[in-house]
Amino acid sequence: METDMTFEYAPAPESRAIVTIKPKYGHFIGGKFVPGSKHFPTINPATEEVLSQIALAGKADVDAAVKAARKAYTSTWSKMSGKERGKYLYRIARIMQERAREFAVLETLDNGKPIRESRDTDIPLAAAHFFYHAGWADKLEYAGLGTSPKPLGVAGQIIPWNFPLLMLAWKVAPALAAGNTVVLKPAESTPLTALLFAEVCQQAELPAGVVNIVTGDGSTGALIVNHPGIDKIAFTGSTEVGKIIARAVAPTKKSVTLELGGKAANIVFDDAPIDETVEGIVNGIFFNQGHVCCAGSRLLLQESVAEEVLHKLKNRMEKIRVGDPMDKNTDVGAINSKEQLAKIIELSAVGDAEGAERWSPACELPSKGFWFAPTIFTGVTQAHRIAREEIFGPVLSVLTFRTPQEAIEKANNTPFGLSAGIWSEKGSRTLWASQQLRAGVIWANTFNKFDPTSPFGGYKESGWGREGGRHGLAAYLKGVSHE
Amino acid sequence: MSNRIDVKKTYKLFINGAFPRTESGRTYEVKNAKGVFIANPCLASRKDLREAVVAARAAHNGWNKATAYNRGQILYRIAEMLEGRRAQFVEEIVAVTGATKVKAEKEVTESIDRLVWYAGWTDKIASLAGSTNPVAGPFYNFTIPESMGVVAAIAPESPSLLGLVDCIAPIITSGNTVIVLASTKAPLSALTFAEVLATSDLPAGVVNILTGKKDEIALWMASHMDIDALDISGLPSKKHADIKAAGAENLKRIYSYKSADPGRITAFMEAKTVWHPIGV
Amino acid sequence: MSFYGLVDGTEASLKSYLGNLSGVDQVGAEARAAMLATRSIKTTSKRWAIETAITMVDLTTLEGADTPGKVKALCTKAVRPDPTDSSVPSVGAVCVYNDMVEVARTHLDLIGGQHVPVAAVSTAFPSGRASMTVKIQDTKDAIAAGAAEIDMVIDRGAFLAGRYIDVFNEIVAIREVCGEKAHLKVIFETGELVTYDNVRKASFLAMAAGADFIKTSTGKVAPAATPPVVLVMLEAVRDFYEMTQVRIGVKPAGGIRTTKDAIKQLVLVNETVGPDWLNPKLFRIGASALLNDLLMQRMKLDDGYYTSPQYVTMD
Repeated sequence: METDMTFEYAPAPESRAIVTIKPKYGHFIGGKFVPGSKHFPTINPATEEVLSQIALAGKADVDAAVKAARKAYTSTWSKMSGKERGKYLYRIARIMQERAREFAVLETLDNGKPIRESRDTDIPLAAAHFFYHAGWADKLEYAGLGTSPKPLGVAGQIIPWNFPLLMLAWKVAPALAAGNTVVLKPAESTPLTALLFAEVCQQAELPAGVVNIVTGDGSTGALIVNHPGIDKIAFTGSTEVGKIIARAVAPTKKSVTLELGGKAANIVFDDAPIDETVEGIVNGIFFNQGHVCCAGSRLLLQESVAEEVLHKLKNRMEKIRVGDPMDKNTDVGAINSKEQLAKIIELSAVGDAEGAERWSPACELPSKGFWFAPTIFTGVTQAHRIAREEIFGPVLSVLTFRTPQEAIEKANNTPFGLSAGIWSEKGSRTLWASQQLRAGVIWANTFNKFDPTSPFGGYKESGWGREGGRHGLAAYLKGVSHE
Repeated sequence: MSNRIDVKKTYKLFINGAFPRTESGRTYEVKNAKGVFIANPCLASRKDLREAVVAARAAHNGWNKATAYNRGQILYRIAEMLEGRRAQFVEEIVAVTGATKVKAEKEVTESIDRLVWYAGWTDKIASLAGSTNPVAGPFYNFTIPESMGVVAAIAPESPSLLGLVDCIAPIITSGNTVIVLASTKAPLSALTFAEVLATSDLPAGVVNILTGKKDEIALWMASHMDIDALDISGLPSKKHADIKAAGAENLKRIYSYKSADPGRITAFMEAKTVWHPIGV
Repeated sequence: MSFYGLVDGTEASLKSYLGNLSGVDQVGAEARAAMLATRSIKTTSKRWAIETAITMVDLTTLEGADTPGKVKALCTKAVRPDPTDSSVPSVGAVCVYNDMVEVARTHLDLIGGQHVPVAAVSTAFPSGRASMTVKIQDTKDAIAAGAAEIDMVIDRGAFLAGRYIDVFNEIVAIREVCGEKAHLKVIFETGELVTYDNVRKASFLAMAAGADFIKTSTGKVAPAATPPVVLVMLEAVRDFYEMTQVRIGVKPAGGIRTTKDAIKQLVLVNETVGPDWLNPKLFRIGASALLNDLLMQRMKLDDGYYTSPQYVTMD
């Protein structure tokens, strides 16, 4: 009965030839690339190869960017009709679609995520975000935010490394649609697609200074947050830094939106569609290497089906392909940085120490680069650190519950409130659970689904405000955003 | 001066993504503002209308099920194609209506921008026209706006291009399919516009364009039992009563407009409200 | 009959068995199938997949217009798909109507095709609308004529009307006729069952009743062997193996026309039930046009350039 050869997939590498990475980059200020003074390397986390030297923006650079953004706002962008602003955004969307493959390859090289994800998820969603928001630019009076909503001015935007281009789209598109200009800082470890985006702005003939991109590290971010010439701060990142920002802007008049961490409960009821549920669990925590703020990192299994689900989950995990992100058949890629890998290893060790039972499928991990095998911890309870703290890696904590009420209590028993998952074939239970859960995004019989029309954001310590949809516009318009 | 004889265009109907002649064989003369002959567009027959309705009905399911994003991209593509051919449209409007070049440019520009405006509505109308409703009971209650189906429309006599765009775009934005009767005196822009549609990835049958006599076609449209709604913006007010009476046979929704307005989108949508209990 | 100890043959027991199955979420199942369709199978793995797929083809002709001449030509092609290349393996089986079985078997034996079994469609294929007597006779005739495999259709009318015990009993009866002489494939006609829940139910019903293979379609109704349908059936087979330690085969039929389609099916098998099923004893593909596309793709891999239909035989 045995075959004499298993069906091994030969390497199916995507070609790198489509991207041209410069050996050194500066900043994008006032519509032009300007040289930086200090530089640091950005690497490919799958190979540790240095991809390029990136500029570290200091005070002068940030000042120049804010000045350019202010000038563009005052003299051009705020004077332009929504109709014309929208057309620039449409151009950007269309060019992103045209250069989609280039963006996907670059994203994978810089971030470590599988090329299939960049190609099929990140880049198409990013382009869609621009397309959607382009259509709002001349329809703001219909957004339910007043008959004549006004932009805030200059927005300072700081984005994370887990979905670099997509997070850029989530920030830049609504800001521009609403009439603001921006100074954006991509994450330290993933600046390349943002710098390519600057080229797209040039190709779209976006007026100089409407979008400015400064690269750097935490110090650059602090300069932006504290800059008096900025009217609004938008930040996506850890809750810890989110709190620092909240304190920093407290004495100012700056508006702030924050999109922070999570420890989402993924709740599986006994009447869940089992095979699709297992897919959803895997997708919920191993998609994007678990570097997802809304990851389903706490699996809450109804005790009566726990054994069956775990058995199927483990079998399914055996089939996860971890490896070269540039291979089209890779499911899970590299951990984004040495630092993040260290955190994941540390917290996993905590899980062991706390008495949870660790399990991973056998995984051949490459010798170079940063890698962590998909891992589950069973026997976890609410009192475990690994049930409480965000690991931000491919590590799933598995807990059980007896009744729907208990599931909700456990799910809500966290300072976070970004997302949650519900698996059940009973509609009334799904709706009941979604009503009870204190989370900003709830997925039923699915997970990690994003759309420009669908507002995203958290309750409690998962942040302030929403991105996407009509609700997401509120962050960038006067009178209805937080003051 | 060249002695080259130019190749004049034959203007045909646009039905189901193709360009057939009218099955009746009838045509009429279109002359330019100076009274010089330009073309013999078709006088569409009742059978042509019937074929168009069949095509529109068949196309409705797919167009309606397409994502709003997809419909938006197609509408935007129509704008791209129109922008690329603006010179031809300007020339045609000047030739047929005698308008000045400046006025014609303005009309073509507005038509392109109007398409872009509607392209941006496809994925927003549901957020505005839909709702979740806080009923007094343990029910999740939501209202979704949905396209109606097949809409027939009479485009205004003038402006011949912008009026047509203002007619078609709001109808198809939400997923309806349409059969539109172009301006009688100035039908050529509509038929050239059909060529733009044919190169925009618009599925066959979503838009069908007829030319001919308003009075007879309007009445056939009003009495056709497989048409769900009518836009009679292009019909003079005094004719409305008869059309509404004829349309009552299958309770067509019949509307008329004077300008662009997102209300034109929702007018051709139905509101569906769903109740679902909330409970363990 | 023991039915693997899963049911006792009564309606109540069958209802309970089927009622305990978990449901299938359509969107989730289709998403999983779509993700697996993105697998990029190149070079050596593509060559292996093409070769394997050829051995899995049930080369089929099921037309009212079938004649002995047509069937003989099919058999020749089945044994030696490419007359210019003897390294191309024979297909998995030849599939014909039961009154053509004798012609097929005789001709295959004549041309050195003893290793190619004849599968007969049976039980009033494709509709399944006839009396039990007729269906049993249909099967007996086919086996007597030399069919080593019986592809029966279930009574979809009975299934959709909820008379699962009737569907079950029919399979049991045909299984009994087949005995040790023929393996039994049970065709669901998934296009008529429509929902994935029904496909899952039919799968578990047929396997408990004694099917050796579960098969998607007759090839006369679309949609036929779509990837999500095959996925659901493979998942059922996988679960059944866990319950009983018995491996049941799967045969998608209908709509699989290109090498790309076939490779997608093999990926589904590989990542659902595993490589143990990647052989003709447990996976077959019901097709006719597919074979030539497999041959052309095989040529392309060997020669390095795209070929033309002129270089493969039409039958």
